[in-house]
Amino acid sequence: MKASVIVFPGSNCDRDAAVALEAATGTPPAMVWHGDAELPNSDLIVLPGGFSYGDYLRSGAMAAHSPVMREVVKRARAGTPVLGICNGFQVLTEAGLLPGVLMRNATLKFICKDVHLRVEREDTLYTRRYAKSEVVTFPIAHKDGSYFADAETLKRLEGEARIAFRYCDRRGQVTPEANPNGSRNNIAGIYNETGTVLGLMPHPERLADPALGGTDGTKMFKSLVESIAA
Amino acid sequence: MTQAKRAMTPELVAEHGLSAEEYRLLEEVLGREPSLTELGIFSVMWSEHCSYKSSRVWLRKLPTEGPQVIEGPGENAGVVDLGDGQAAVFKMESHNHPSYIEPYQGAATGVGGIMRDVFTMGARPVANMNALRFGAADHAKTRHLVAGVVSGIGDYGNCMGVPTIGGETNFDPRYNDNILVNAMCVGLVDVSRIFKSAAKGVGFPVVYVGSKTGRDGIHGATMASAEFDEASAEKRPTVQVGDPFTEKLLLEACLELMQEDAIVAIQDMGAAGLTSSSVEMADKGGVGIVLDLDHIPTREEGMTAYEMMLSESQERMLMVLKPGAEAAARRVFKKWELDFAIVGRTTDTGRLVVRHGSAIQADIPLSALAHAAPQYTRPWTPKRALAPIAPEDVPAPNSLTAALEAMMGSPHLCSRAWIWQQYDHMVMADTVQRPGGDAGVVRVHGTQKGLAMSCDVTPRYCAADAREGAKQAVAECWRNLTATGADPLAITDCLNFGNPERPEVMGEFVEAIEGMAEACRALSFPVVSGNVSLYNETNGVAIPPTPAVGGIGLIPDIDRMARIGLKSDGDVLILFGAEAGHLGQSLYLQILLNRAEGAPPPVDLDAERRVGDFVRGLIRGGRVSAVHDVSDGGLLVTVAEMAFAGGLGVELDATPEGLPAHAIWFGEDQGRYVVAAPWHEAAKILPEAVEAGVAVRIIGKVAGDALKLPGEAPLSLAALRAIHERWLPKFMGGS
Repeated sequence: MKASVIVFPGSNCDRDAAVALEAATGTPPAMVWHGDAELPNSDLIVLPGGFSYGDYLRSGAMAAHSPVMREVVKRARAGTPVLGICNGFQVLTEAGLLPGVLMRNATLKFICKDVHLRVEREDTLYTRRYAKSEVVTFPIAHKDGSYFADAETLKRLEGEARIAFRYCDRRGQVTPEANPNGSRNNIAGIYNETGTVLGLMPHPERLADPALGGTDGTKMFKSLVESIAA
Repeated sequence: MTQAKRAMTPELVAEHGLSAEEYRLLEEVLGREPSLTELGIFSVMWSEHCSYKSSRVWLRKLPTEGPQVIEGPGENAGVVDLGDGQAAVFKMESHNHPSYIEPYQGAATGVGGIMRDVFTMGARPVANMNALRFGAADHAKTRHLVAGVVSGIGDYGNCMGVPTIGGETNFDPRYNDNILVNAMCVGLVDVSRIFKSAAKGVGFPVVYVGSKTGRDGIHGATMASAEFDEASAEKRPTVQVGDPFTEKLLLEACLELMQEDAIVAIQDMGAAGLTSSSVEMADKGGVGIVLDLDHIPTREEGMTAYEMMLSESQERMLMVLKPGAEAAARRVFKKWELDFAIVGRTTDTGRLVVRHGSAIQADIPLSALAHAAPQYTRPWTPKRALAPIAPEDVPAPNSLTAALEAMMGSPHLCSRAWIWQQYDHMVMADTVQRPGGDAGVVRVHGTQKGLAMSCDVTPRYCAADAREGAKQAVAECWRNLTATGADPLAITDCLNFGNPERPEVMGEFVEAIEGMAEACRALSFPVVSGNVSLYNETNGVAIPPTPAVGGIGLIPDIDRMARIGLKSDGDVLILFGAEAGHLGQSLYLQILLNRAEGAPPPVDLDAERRVGDFVRGLIRGGRVSAVHDVSDGGLLVTVAEMAFAGGLGVELDATPEGLPAHAIWFGEDQGRYVVAAPWHEAAKILPEAVEAGVAVRIIGKVAGDALKLPGEAPLSLAALRAIHERWLPKFMGGS
């Protein structure tokens, strides 16, 4: 699987994504600078976490207008899988590849901690290695992670089963207490219409190594390798 | 814009923080009256913050060498060998005065500044820590200061993408009007690619990179060298303003350029900005330097030479390049969209010459600026030693568990999660021990090695006895690293004290240095970098002496590393180290009885080493399941923290005869660790410890889900945890 990781000024989880991808695929991904209008042939494009453009204006707003994003949008619309993690999810919503917006956390503060997520779809490119309704642990680290979409959009997302992950407790119960940032419907991540573009606030690349405390993240990268090879 | 010649009046000199005698010395080394720009340059270079004039004679007593030391104090940061061609680059710095005036920016720029000190040497920062001291909870400003400092540190470090993996926070009324913000940064570098600051070569280009220069932070260095009074709020423009996005670009651009062969010398512009960086770089290299301020990128109109030389605008570096490398360097900084300007060149005159608008605004011999600041051996008086308190003279609590609840729920011992959950402690995907344990640990990227780090000092001990307290700071840091299985390598420090012109404060400083030096020597734990912050007092009331220590250690294999969390039911709990029930200056005394009396616990450095080396050996041998050193609050607090971390309860044995039970459980004797081990290992370990001359005793075992003391009702872990987690979020107003 050939992967590309887009690097914006201020991205800082690009190396983390590259390490996780190399561990899963056996080859280092291409690191693509935002200023390049050209993008190599890729089976997967990753928009990593960080503070692209310092979160000026709105998180992800300026990155969405980078030269390289024009090509990313084109490829996404043509079916190339695109994974947006944290700031990457924010860029995807600003670029119009996913609906809704990520707002300031309900607590108004940055939160870094492990959370439980319920896997809502186990049949996508990203999740074949997960079981239906499996409860996994991923870390979050964000100040602007509260997912919001208007009622109509939410209804559509739910109706089309496009919710990827929901914040839950360790038993898989989706409760207000388990919601770290006030996201509507406890939404932690969503898919586009074809299930090829995934945006999520938690960081799978940070829990893809037993030394770091867990490997729930590894399953996502392994799922991608298998799905794309198939 | 040329400056009119300004008359040198005594008022002008005093405003610049120079004494009459210092001014007389200035005119002597210059050979004439200074221009205003020259007066400004001298005032910052000879300020306490930049020249260390009150402390230099004493700092020489600190041990700074060892086989592991590649670079000691004097460079931008200290450098320590990690083996396999790699080194750790680290330093701690204070941003106390600015953080009191403007907590968010003061703390943020403290983080920014210390990170630049590390990456200017070619090291990518891999972890940050911080040591914070705030006033009492019931002091009107405390909440505002905590909120500002924590969000300032968080926003800056998080945006930079460097994990903040630990630190210390204390609340004490003596910091009411003088908070302390000490920021530490650790980076990794290849030994063959270390960059230094000595400018070499004549006629080489001097290049400015980073943010534009503005009027912020002018006289930040002199502000940090003076006490506060009622007028201090007017000092707001002296606080620097940070932009972590720009610093992230600067970090990447510098590291990118450092891969080529372009840079001769590089230093960040910190306190006293362009002045200190150009002076120090040229002086170290034995060259002169001429600066042409017409080329300085500015973001304000009409800045004068004085303003440009003194501005402390953040996120700027000064470099000397190899002739011919300018174009390649410019390309790198253009890619990262940062300002790049050739602002001068090196000369062979040994002088700093500053031109602006075709006039010479300053022409000063460099050695005078860098070395002629007077060094003071200020008069000092030792403090009278306090008598130790006998354990029998301290009243016992009605119930040990009720006392534990009171202690765990107090601001001194409660959970700090409210703070560190605002710091990204996992970015860079190498954090193998998160905040909450004895030391933060990051994996050395791409290897099996771990880099452990800890910040430590117990100010109430230092207030009672500065020498013994400073010894304890070094010893506790060494213990915290040892408790994870690391070999302690070296320390950095932030020496925070009051007004050195007062003999009792100077006495605290002198005694603290002696205590530190003794401990560093005995533990082979040298000082490789550091910072002194004096004049931390308001209206004549000083902070307690606070010599903060930041240490690093190496774990050869992170699969042989210890954590504090209890792991298995049935494990035996073992206490290593001698007990004497020392309650003087203890938290038990303070929290339960509202007394701050007695000598602090003495530190036996030989015992520290013997016990620590033995415990580290157990960890390396994979023989134990949890380790925690005993410190604030004493033994019962230590056990409770291990129980929380592991989610497992404990059944504790009756305490031995000879000392009151509360003295055993809450005494703060030094040099001790609690270790959990499987029974079959414990049976072997006990005689081995005795053989090694290490005091040892079984204190209980891992069992159930409560904390059970003989003769008392079990205390549910869930209930104790709730108490532990309650105070800080409630104090800060919502979690």
